[in-house]
Amino acid sequence: MKIVVCIKQVPDTTEIKLDPVTGTLIRDGVPSIMNPDDKGGLEFALRLKDQYGAHVTVITMGPPQAEAILREAFAMGVDRAILLSDRKFAGADTLATSNTIAGALRALEYDVIITGRQAIDGDTAQVGPQIAEHLDLPQVTYVEDLKYDGQKTFTVKRTTEEGYQIVEVDAPCVFTALASGVKPRYMSVRGIVEAYDKDIEVWGFNNITVDEKKIGLSGSPTRVFKSFTKGAKAAGQIYEVDPAEAADIIVNKLKEKFII
Amino acid sequence: MDKSQYKNVFVFIEQREGVIQNVALELLGKARELADTLNEKVFAMLLGHNLTDQAQECVAYGADTVLRVDAPELESYTTEPYAQAIHQIVKTYNPSIVLIGATTIGRDLGPRLSARIETGLTADCTGLEISDERELMMTRPAFGGNLMATILCKEHRPQMSTVRPGVMRMGKPDANRQGTIEDVRVDFDKSKFRVRVVETVKEKKDMIDITEAHILVSGGRGVGNPEGFDMLRAMAKTIGAEVSASRAMVDAGVLAHDRQVGQTGKTVRPDVYFAMGISGAIQHLAGMEESEYIIAVNKDKYAPIFNVADLGIVGDVRKVVPILTEKLAAARQKK
Amino acid sequence: MDFSLSKQQNLFLQMIREFAEKEVKPLAAEVDESERFPIETVEKMAKLGIMGIPFPTEYGGAGGDNQLYTMAVEELSRVCATTGVIVSAHTSLCCAPIMENGTPEQKAKYLPKLCSGEWIGAFGLTEPNAGTDASAQQTMAVKEGDHYVLNGNKIFITNAAHAHVYIIMAMTDKSKGTRGISAFIVERDFPGFSIGKKEKKMGIRGSATCELIMENCIVPAENLLGQEGKGFSIAMKTLDGGRIGIASQALGIAQGAMDETVKYVKERKQFGKAIGQFQNTQFQLADLQTRIEAARLLVRKAAYKKDMKLPYSADAAMAKLFAAETAMDMTTKAVQFHGGYGYTREYPVERMMRDAKITEIYEGTSEVQRMVIASNLLK
Repeated sequence: MKIVVCIKQVPDTTEIKLDPVTGTLIRDGVPSIMNPDDKGGLEFALRLKDQYGAHVTVITMGPPQAEAILREAFAMGVDRAILLSDRKFAGADTLATSNTIAGALRALEYDVIITGRQAIDGDTAQVGPQIAEHLDLPQVTYVEDLKYDGQKTFTVKRTTEEGYQIVEVDAPCVFTALASGVKPRYMSVRGIVEAYDKDIEVWGFNNITVDEKKIGLSGSPTRVFKSFTKGAKAAGQIYEVDPAEAADIIVNKLKEKFII
Repeated sequence: MDKSQYKNVFVFIEQREGVIQNVALELLGKARELADTLNEKVFAMLLGHNLTDQAQECVAYGADTVLRVDAPELESYTTEPYAQAIHQIVKTYNPSIVLIGATTIGRDLGPRLSARIETGLTADCTGLEISDERELMMTRPAFGGNLMATILCKEHRPQMSTVRPGVMRMGKPDANRQGTIEDVRVDFDKSKFRVRVVETVKEKKDMIDITEAHILVSGGRGVGNPEGFDMLRAMAKTIGAEVSASRAMVDAGVLAHDRQVGQTGKTVRPDVYFAMGISGAIQHLAGMEESEYIIAVNKDKYAPIFNVADLGIVGDVRKVVPILTEKLAAARQKK
Repeated sequence: MDFSLSKQQNLFLQMIREFAEKEVKPLAAEVDESERFPIETVEKMAKLGIMGIPFPTEYGGAGGDNQLYTMAVEELSRVCATTGVIVSAHTSLCCAPIMENGTPEQKAKYLPKLCSGEWIGAFGLTEPNAGTDASAQQTMAVKEGDHYVLNGNKIFITNAAHAHVYIIMAMTDKSKGTRGISAFIVERDFPGFSIGKKEKKMGIRGSATCELIMENCIVPAENLLGQEGKGFSIAMKTLDGGRIGIASQALGIAQGAMDETVKYVKERKQFGKAIGQFQNTQFQLADLQTRIEAARLLVRKAAYKKDMKLPYSADAAMAKLFAAETAMDMTTKAVQFHGGYGYTREYPVERMMRDAKITEIYEGTSEVQRMVIASNLLK
């Protein structure tokens, strides 16, 4: 079995803080990490490798620094790593990104493609299903657990708002994984020691199979028109009133904030 | 592209077991507003099997036309049959805007469709407006909610967006509203139905981890005893919140350690944090001061908790909470 | 001269920090409170190769070096000094002497199980009457045919209760003084070997420190480590290496106490401002951080020399001396900065202060380190 896991390097958004005075994002010193849902997906793949000897490839699209998460993936136990890096890929929205990655996947052999459900910097949850569509593969999203019958069929537990769903699907297929479903393994010390001796393949536009008009900025239907932060926090208001009035103040505030 | 070929605001009506989900009704309200601004119509895309009066409900909430697809393939949601049905509708009707709820269903369906249609999709929007150039301005949070971005999709149609549940306001239903109901027949390509649903299980989810809760009702020494905490639980229930506690209450055995907020407990950042009878010792503040909105109730007006509170009430928690619970319940009912 | 970390070292730090934060830190207070050996943590570390970092892969090691090993002990000790010393004693005091002095058969038999963490290692030199003066060994080893018979007691043995393999020093020829001491590889199942009472300690309370009792303990002759009479030399060289581990542990404790203190002084307000805004706080912390950084450089240098197979005895002694005294000072001041809270177990600095003290005592007291440094200086 051959598995390709699509991973992304993201800023650790839990480390991003707002400047209390200006209300702008402080991005300095924010570490870059492997996106958590992607890491969950990678763990699913590595378990299939442990159990069935699957060959695992990781692929990421990004600048040269994104190499770091590929080394991390090597140290966790993957067999092959590909970095999609080309100026032509830059400025892509989710659709153009999915076209680029699908283009690379066309040049690879796979039985299963795994992506994270969503990346913590964008939270869009789009690239996985879009890849599935481009490659005409069935998709199972929000994967919390999966079992393989050793032949071709996967039994998958997917999370829903109300509980869960068990579905069956045959390879080839696309899964989008949840970080909460699985605890990713740590890199092993030996894996770390050897990670930098392994080759990372850098692929550009010429290595992949895709229409140039569908990638990069020009292949992106959406554009960021403006971005803004919510601004600095104002000082609080304190009331000394009787309980009924206090309750009204709270209820009105919650209404104002659409909490109720 | 000739944008004048694309008109009207389409809403995917998400139903589960025949029940239209709130987010779909919220979207109808928003779609109405957008369509009125554009001077266009609202179309509801209602998919399912053995549908009854759901179409009328869509009209009551603001749809001008309901496109109803009633087919056994659409009994319960799976990606491909729903994607095929909506794709056919979009190809036939050329909508300008397509809105989908950002639920697990909507976030499965939306991207699949956008790739099939080859148009842009903006995920998890919290704001939708029409610009002076009649473009849809889609605003969404990014970077874990630290940044807001407004997205346009100028050169492609339809402009697609998934919208966060609970953000848009649901309009008041008008049973007398008139609308058209059209039944649409879809030619399914069943060879593409490759995912088989084995079972769908509803389960009462365990209590959400307090670090993931949107609203936390947290109690401290001022709550007093376990009975006092039951009061907080009741209040939390009315607004779908989780309960947590300061160290004092955990040490007293009122709540388990995984519910403790603070230095030796967990760090939380909910949208709303109720600090009830919590004085705000430094080790507690360390665990909650980054909450989006902090409401504190405490008898002692000099309690340090008021330094970080956005809204502070100087008063006895045990008197405020029962009245508050009642009023919260009433406010929910009205809606 | 290059002081920057390699990419590989950075990747290692990323792993070990995450591991320490998520797997080790949450247990630290409980391990201390209940004086429990964190066996589940050892099992997790074993799976990742942390129990055999600086040993070749052919012996089941991770193929890393002493730099990575010191980083591991530092990062683990930063959150839990017990866990740090478990790794340090196992690696430096048991695996290393077998690696450096063992026959091919001994290495093949013991290292794969030790490096993989399936077995835990320990080291027995100290006796009730042979502490700093380790030459006063009373444990006797008498050769009888194809085996030795060992009699005597060892005390204060880290990992004792959970180890499978012990490096034991014993007199094979009392007339020769230190040159009559030999080293043995002793398994816990050897006849006549048993674990005695567990010490009730001030700090590192989870490290299962016990007495070892040998009563006519039968050790096969092939388990003699090195030659007869080389035991004292093996023990001293082993302790040189061990000191790098303990220096890393002390460094970790100091850094951990600094982390907690920095967090606290930014949050704690007195007289209307955070106590970190007072110059008294700032100057003290500046001095302490300078010492921590200096300790780190000493540790790295000693590890570097060991990796390069250069003489490092004095370097290891300086690293341990300086790191241990820095840890004691840092943790004492950390408690002071925390005030009354620091004196309670609500905050980890109380534990850190108790843990720090042992680093000035074991594997050679600070006085012994000064002796080593001075003798190198005046030779």
